Amino acid sequence: MKSILKYFSEIFYGVKSLLGGMRVTGSYFFRPSTIVTQKYPENRDSLVMFDRFKGEVVMPHNEKNEHKCTGCGICEINCPNGTIEIISKMVETEDGKKKKAIDKHIYRLGMCTFCGLCVKTCPSNALAFGQEFEHAVFDRSELIKVLNQPGSQLEKGVE
Amino acid sequence: MENVLNSTVEEQQEYIINMGPQHPSTHGVLRLVLSLKGETVLSVEPHIGYIHRGIEKMCESITYPQIIHLTDRMDYLSAHINNEAVCLAVEKALDVEVPERVKYIRTIMAELTRIQSHQLWWASFGMDLGALTCFFYGLRDREKILDIFEETTGGRMIVSYNCPGGLMYDIHPNFQTRVKEFISYFRKILPEYNQLLTDNVIFHERSKGMGVLTREDAIAFGITGPSARASGFSCDVRKHEPYSAYDKVKINEIMYSAGDTFHRYTARIDEMWESMNIIEQLIDNIPEGPFFVKMKPVVKLPEGEYYQRVETARGELGVYIISDGNKNPYRIKFRSPNFSNLWVMNHISKGNKIADLVAISGSLDLVIPDIDR
Amino acid sequence: MSFNIYDLTSFTEWIHNSLSQAMSPGWVTVTEMVIVGVAFLTFYAIVGLFLVYAERKVCAFMQNRLGPNRVGPFGLFQTIADLTKLLFVELVSIRKADKVLFNLAPFIVIIASFMAIAAIPFAKGLHAIDLNIGVLYVLAVSSLGVIGILLAGWSSNNKYSLIGAMRSGAQVVSYELSVGLSLLTIVVLAGTMQLSEIVEAQRHGWFIFTGHIPAFIAFVIFIISSTAETNRGPFDLAEAESELTAGFHTEYSGIKFAFFFLAEYINMFIVASIASTLFLGGWMPLHIGSWEGFNNVMDFIPPFFWYLGKTGFIIFIMMWFKWTFPRLRIDQLLKLEWKYLLPINLVNILLMALIVLLEWHF
Repeated sequence: MKSILKYFSEIFYGVKSLLGGMRVTGSYFFRPSTIVTQKYPENRDSLVMFDRFKGEVVMPHNEKNEHKCTGCGICEINCPNGTIEIISKMVETEDGKKKKAIDKHIYRLGMCTFCGLCVKTCPSNALAFGQEFEHAVFDRSELIKVLNQPGSQLEKGVE
Repeated sequence: MENVLNSTVEEQQEYIINMGPQHPSTHGVLRLVLSLKGETVLSVEPHIGYIHRGIEKMCESITYPQIIHLTDRMDYLSAHINNEAVCLAVEKALDVEVPERVKYIRTIMAELTRIQSHQLWWASFGMDLGALTCFFYGLRDREKILDIFEETTGGRMIVSYNCPGGLMYDIHPNFQTRVKEFISYFRKILPEYNQLLTDNVIFHERSKGMGVLTREDAIAFGITGPSARASGFSCDVRKHEPYSAYDKVKINEIMYSAGDTFHRYTARIDEMWESMNIIEQLIDNIPEGPFFVKMKPVVKLPEGEYYQRVETARGELGVYIISDGNKNPYRIKFRSPNFSNLWVMNHISKGNKIADLVAISGSLDLVIPDIDR
Repeated sequence: MSFNIYDLTSFTEWIHNSLSQAMSPGWVTVTEMVIVGVAFLTFYAIVGLFLVYAERKVCAFMQNRLGPNRVGPFGLFQTIADLTKLLFVELVSIRKADKVLFNLAPFIVIIASFMAIAAIPFAKGLHAIDLNIGVLYVLAVSSLGVIGILLAGWSSNNKYSLIGAMRSGAQVVSYELSVGLSLLTIVVLAGTMQLSEIVEAQRHGWFIFTGHIPAFIAFVIFIISSTAETNRGPFDLAEAESELTAGFHTEYSGIKFAFFFLAEYINMFIVASIASTLFLGGWMPLHIGSWEGFNNVMDFIPPFFWYLGKTGFIIFIMMWFKWTFPRLRIDQLLKLEWKYLLPINLVNILLMALIVLLEWHF
């Protein structure tokens, strides 16, 4: 007798638990407002990344086309993957002294692991993270970027 | 193994099947060589090394702050906790006391990491059992934590938030409100998880009494984390050897004694509740202060050996550093929880069906890049 | 010539008569067979493609997703795009596979489902053959598909496929029993095996209402066991994505895979049609006792839409199952059949016989 009762109570509780599961999925089915999918290429205009989002390393320039990079090479030393390469040149300052300055700040996006050490260790805050994330290209060589804009100068007062 | 290969089918009635390296339920590139009789598993032989990147060797040629970006990629689901382990080891070696604020933030982030890791585990465990909807619910809720991470650290999974001596940046001003929002949201959602999968009679049938791991075996195999605690082996590093701010909070160690798939499952579900409790104890009390200690530009550890263990989402992670006084470690060794947890598979899945093997390997919650490193 | 959309008998008779005037009786039969064949092929393709789309949309909404939304409005043409792609996929030949059986298997699966569709009454006077043993025919034909699955698993020369096929064999053979017995419950109530008469007998109330509890139990058992018979989740052990990668069709590619894929959906459609015909009155509108006004309003909806609506409802329930429950293990699957469904079913038939003898039904 006991086993028969157990047999039927097993069926009862089994069916009950199954219906509980179906209630969850069913309730979501009838509530399309809970959909979390973003329609990506369409929402490009309204899509805002967080300000700290690490999309790529950039070198901010001011409106006079000046950057803060002195070409010291600390970012190059700190980078664990050899992503950054700095090519420096010697320039003559106004008072006739020769001074090391940056020629090309080469950044290989394809190798970057976004650890943030270059941005953090830069003594003159010349580097920052950009929020751009659409990096797909057809040619790998396009991933090698020169961060300082052509013709840019070192900002006054940055040593 | 050789016996099986040399004898004919008539004699042996077993056959060998390769599960992986490309298989939906090995969650990565793990290869399991199964010897089967019908559907019954006679033995499981894990073959590893398909995603070996030589992280330990690579660490020998880079500086201590740079190691962080490699430990991120070991157990990518508890990236923050891995980083914390390295940082704690380095800080211990240098005898640096980090500010209270750092300790609190590290603990909160670690617990968030634990929750998101368990969410993904729940998602993929449901998928292993054939309940595909779990996968999407788990990922949907994990997204909320990843957004919190992204806002503060700039990374979603690979956060790179710790550095020896503190944190890379301070927390975002929205951090506290967002975390509280998430907790109140997730407290409502977790019962739904239970309704969908935990209470399901099919799930009970599939998981109860399957792959029983006794306490003795758990200790003998070196199992740690929720998998061991489900067998009654008290091994929570957070409780036994508190680091960061864990000594300031009340932690309930989740313990079960049955040690089957079902209890490994419930142990993780309960850990999510417990993690939320821990975060709630800390989130309003984050002390003001600096978020890092000024370190020397080049971190050099004094000669010696240093060991630090932490509790990741999967178990105990140990970092063992030998320094010869240089800026690079002489040798670094990670005692990764997944490596130990993997080898118990043969022991506990013998005699079960293929379907149970999938459930068991899911309940051990393996992350393959952490096994191979 | 005007047609009554509520009774398509005149329409089919008109076709028959006009053909008879034009050609000899032998040719009339041939022409009619061709017409029916082409009509069913078109119907088959449309239903298959639509069901794939519907399944993807339903599961997406259950999972907080949007589902297909790129090709065409609301992604309606997504499945057509997928099918086009499958047509161009290379048919990979498997080394050491049994070529003949390997190529034959998808056709057996698809022909079995194609044959079953012939006996289903879509609306009044709209079915291909009205066999007097319709229920038996459908049962017999729909279980042929498992041969195709077994052949596919065996001939692929792949252990995963073989395990899947063997599972499927054990599963279909045992669940066949439950399907048959639950349908027999209704046959006892209706007193006939002819599908058109079964529908006609439900004019004053669908069997699921008039048959008291036994009919309802039979309905539930039929839904469960027919889900198992069509190899759908939570009984999709033959495919078992997380265990056997893709089960019996692991080695199939391109259009051969598409055949398996379409056959699964058509099978689902067929069992849903049978369920709606036997339990929910097929194309018969919903009538409640003597509510004349209500009955007239219900009669206004054409029978074909009644049929589609009921079938769609059952298909939705089957999808709901699939996207909620975890998969069973093979021994639990057989336990469910032999320990629970079969005994309940046998008692259920006795109860139904009792009810019919004592004339307790409405």
